[in-house]
Amino acid sequence: MSESQPGRLLPWALVTPALLWTLVFFVLPFLAMVVLSLTHHDDGRATFENYRQFFDNPSYWRAMVNSLQVTSIVTVISVLLAYPFAWILAEIVPPRLQRLALVLAILPFWTSYVVRSYSWLLVLAQNGVVNQALTGSGLFDTPLQIANTRAATVIGFVHFFVMLLTLTIFANLKQLSPSYRRAAADLGAGPVRTFLHVILPLTLPGIMVGAFLTFVLAIGDYITPQILGGNNELLMPQLIMMQIGRRGDFPLASALAIILMVVVTIAYIVCSRWLKIERT
Amino acid sequence: MKSVLRKHARASALAAATVALFAASPVFSQELNALIWCDHADPALLQPFEEANGVKVNVKEFEGTGAGLAIVEQSQPGDWDVMVIDTIDIPRGVEKGLFAELPEDQLPIADIFPEVKMDASTVINGKRYGITEKFGYNTIGFNNTKVDPADMQSLASLSDEKYKGRIAIYDYYLPVIGMAALALGKETAKLTEADLPAIRDELMKMKANAKLVGEVTASQTALATGEVDILVGGGEWVTAGLAKENPALDFSIPKEGAVLWSQALAMFENSKNKDLALKFIQYIMSPEGQARLATSSCYWGMPASTKAALSADEKKTLRFDEQPGFLARAQPYPSPDADLDKKMQDIWTEMLQAQ
Repeated sequence: MSESQPGRLLPWALVTPALLWTLVFFVLPFLAMVVLSLTHHDDGRATFENYRQFFDNPSYWRAMVNSLQVTSIVTVISVLLAYPFAWILAEIVPPRLQRLALVLAILPFWTSYVVRSYSWLLVLAQNGVVNQALTGSGLFDTPLQIANTRAATVIGFVHFFVMLLTLTIFANLKQLSPSYRRAAADLGAGPVRTFLHVILPLTLPGIMVGAFLTFVLAIGDYITPQILGGNNELLMPQLIMMQIGRRGDFPLASALAIILMVVVTIAYIVCSRWLKIERT
Repeated sequence: MKSVLRKHARASALAAATVALFAASPVFSQELNALIWCDHADPALLQPFEEANGVKVNVKEFEGTGAGLAIVEQSQPGDWDVMVIDTIDIPRGVEKGLFAELPEDQLPIADIFPEVKMDASTVINGKRYGITEKFGYNTIGFNNTKVDPADMQSLASLSDEKYKGRIAIYDYYLPVIGMAALALGKETAKLTEADLPAIRDELMKMKANAKLVGEVTASQTALATGEVDILVGGGEWVTAGLAKENPALDFSIPKEGAVLWSQALAMFENSKNKDLALKFIQYIMSPEGQARLATSSCYWGMPASTKAALSADEKKTLRFDEQPGFLARAQPYPSPDADLDKKMQDIWTEMLQAQ
């Protein structure tokens, strides 16, 4: 029996708003950005000059290298911290308290991102709480230079992304049926072996989704490195913003943004094997 | 019946609340749309004008001429009435046909410090397109209890080993490149591409001594919290606003000179409220407006008008009476053409990336 006409149209009708939204707010602006990136700032003529500048100028290259380094460090540290945290929340905290524990964990994120970054700057400053604790306890004679360094940028990022990863990994752990563990135990596996060979592989999609989100959000973030990094090195978003400030060089800024987008796409392709929403 | 009454009562209450809401809000017959820097967003500056004229001033903040001009390009003609802009960038707006001629006879031009009138930028083909409203110096800001004030009389101190790790650099390439040029004995108004290698080396020396390169808030915070003792590119715009909380913050105009920054007001050619826009400019340039602008909560700066109604304390904080000497030693903001501007930004990027 053939499907009726209204029945065939219904899926399209349902998906059309989303398609239109994507077309108007992503595809068209993206195409406009591509076109803009291929024009010259001064006279608007067509050119590849903006892309050539990125490959010719070592300072621009350096910004991409810095971005990749910082983002990779942040992603790895965030995963290493978030997994045990999510595990404790999912396995040790009683179910009736889990919601409360999650709310408490994300409570600091109800404050403004900018305010939180400036707060970190004060905490990590030479006269800040961290250095006062380190020198006061006798661990160090002189304050450490933490604020306005790459370390400060990483700390600011990790503080934010650990929570994001905790939520994705927690959701993954909660979806795991207890039968997996029982089956592993029946087959003679101890807790460590069960974790390494059963739990970890099954939660890998959650880790990868969280890690990918961390990578994407961190590599495009301007606020944290700008406030905490002290501009002692430039990351790609800062380099992009520099082109806009006084000179209003939107073509070069667009080209740099597209190059950054290509890097994110490559990261997606690398991770795509694990980035599956459905459970197989 | 009861429900009908209740419905009427509810409707009456809603109407009364609406009337009360409108009665409580000021009624404005006109609105002025201003593209501004953060100092113009201070209610203490805008309210007297709004109340005196029964108008609402809608403001949009931006940083950097490029960003400001981009906002204008993305707007409809007539969306904006006035704009705050670097005085040296007024010709950029005039070239694009954005700005209207200002009537000189209706503005207190004679009250402005002669050095900041900057007619080369504000008067084009005999027509005035902008008026300087506020100025100051990109120079050396410092904590006078932590450094030797005598050292702050020379730009050479900025690359002195003695101050290594105690310096912040203001993150804006034009004024700091101007300071590097001054340190090399060059005139900021005559910089060419041939000067860039030496300026680059000077910037690298400064960077090697610096702990951070920060935008306004970050560099101000660093100086105020003691993270650094010196701010390259700082001046009264950093120290004056903090003078009450931290009187040790000071600035010098070193023997090599300082870079003069100045901001101006311009009126849009397509403004639908040119009379109101002119009134706004007249208010800002009035003694009262000048005082309020100079002491804006966002940042302080010298009023362009010699007749600004500042208190004795405010004048002392801004070092008002020392201005003739300061202005004599100050040099203008570098004003490169597009090509040189790009090259300057590139050496700045290189400096930021240097480890």
